[in-house]
Amino acid sequence: MTTRIDVTLTVNGERVSRSVDTRLHLVDFLRSELGLAGAHTGCEHGVCGACTVRLDGEPVRGCLVMAASLDGAVVETIEGLSDSGEILDLQEAFVARNACQCGYCTPGMLVTAADILTASPQATREEIREHISGNYCRCTGYQAIVDAVEDVLKARAAKREAA
Amino acid sequence: MKWPAMGYARVESLDELWRALDAAGPEAQILAGGQSLLATLAFRLSAPSTLIDITRIAALKGVSVAGTVLRIGALTRHADLARDPLVARHAPMLAEAAPLIAHPAIRNRGTIGGSLALADPAAELPACVVALGATLVLASRAGERRVPAADFFQGLFTTALDAGEIITAVEVPVATATSRQTIVEVTRRSGDYAMAGLAAALEVDGGVVTSARLVFFGIGSGAEVARGASAALTGKALSAETIAAAQAALDGDLDPPTDLHGGPEMKRHLARVLIRRALTAYLAPTEQAA
Ligand SMILES: Cc1cc2nc3c(=O)[nH]c(=O)nc-3n(C[C@H](O)[C@H](O)[C@H](O)COP(=O)(O)OP(=O)(O)OC[C@H]3O[C@@H](n4cnc5c(N)ncnc54)[C@H](O)[C@@H]3O)c2cc1C
Ligand code: FES
Ligand code: FES
Repeated sequence: MTTRIDVTLTVNGERVSRSVDTRLHLVDFLRSELGLAGAHTGCEHGVCGACTVRLDGEPVRGCLVMAASLDGAVVETIEGLSDSGEILDLQEAFVARNACQCGYCTPGMLVTAADILTASPQATREEIREHISGNYCRCTGYQAIVDAVEDVLKARAAKREAA
Repeated sequence: MKWPAMGYARVESLDELWRALDAAGPEAQILAGGQSLLATLAFRLSAPSTLIDITRIAALKGVSVAGTVLRIGALTRHADLARDPLVARHAPMLAEAAPLIAHPAIRNRGTIGGSLALADPAAELPACVVALGATLVLASRAGERRVPAADFFQGLFTTALDAGEIITAVEVPVATATSRQTIVEVTRRSGDYAMAGLAAALEVDGGVVTSARLVFFGIGSGAEVARGASAALTGKALSAETIAAAQAALDGDLDPPTDLHGGPEMKRHLARVLIRRALTAYLAPTEQAA
């Protein structure tokens, strides 16, 4: 039985090759092998959303993906999304609305929220709530988080209108 | 807890899968979306010797229509069900069901084949495929066989799958002008498993129900066909009275066990509420208001 597998994948735009232990999920791989500690683990069984990262363009639970299965995959973490500037407005809105307190859930929240911004730019407040319903915030910042996401949706819509 | 040590193998075709299953022995398990299986590893509820990753097998992918059958490949993800135009047109119940399953990040990975193979009694898709009269296509080294969905589910987390056999696709009879399909559920929080749910498939011709299949989930050991309630609708004009008759017949259909959410009486109550919610939508607008 081989418990190590060679994988080559793209993480935040860079190609990386590693031999990974089959016991590693994607978040542990990012944190321990690549030093990308932005994605957090909370429950490690899919319930809390702290581990949400982008895989092949879509948000997934990093704790429910085997790192060993990722040969050829494209992964983006909160570090990548920050560096590219894609969610700068969202990050600023989180600060302005005081939508992060301890910050533990924030990376997962941002990756999840970034998905609404592109997938349903007309989302209502109710739809924002629905979309982030799988991300737990222990500091109970939901109201402020929904406010922040709503602000960005409106600002981006206004910008499109003006253009 | 971290996952246990295990082997991992990636296969790209069914032939490779049969060889990998032989090589890995009986303790190996198939990995699809991993949204249930990988969570059970952390809980040590399962301890496979090897996970065989089937997600790259092209033969298990894709949605297509041939004649009166919609074929949905086993690897079709919940997120795909929600947005595939063929599914929306030919099996609207499945398109409606997908957003009720877990959360977006989980729907991006979880597959219809994995959900059906798992046969969780609270899951939406097993109830849907039974209500829709679908057929499961199973394959093993020995070849292919087709099993009606109603015979596939055999109880709590138990299916007709033999060792070394997988689900390759689901075949759903396409919806017609007389089809009425819907799914409704009650949850504590959006995305949670249902406290009770109902997948309802009717044929309604000139206001008269010509066939009805009401299938509950989250209230028993699996997808539970409410035979009495379904029979109470069949041959009748759909009205407030027939809905009441179906609700009354329900007591003979269901024998819900107590679970985390509540006892049998609460489940029966929710089941009656769900029948009303599902069927009221098909009444004439004047009757709905009444
Ligand atoms: C937080 C959370 C909430 C959830 N909420 C819901 C919910 O509300 N409703 C719901 O229905 N589900 C829910 N799920 C489960 C989710 O829908 C899973 O995706 C699904 O049940 C399993 O599909 P999978 O493709 O991920 O299968 P896997 O986890 O990969 O596999 C599950 C089982 O099926 C077997 N298997 C997989 N594919 C096949 C195949 N083609 N043929 C034969 N055997 C196969 C595997 O060997 C394994 O035993 C939830 C999961 C999580 C983590
Ligand atoms: S750590 Fe992945 S969902 Fe909680
Ligand atoms: S800000 Fe603390 S968990 Fe959300």
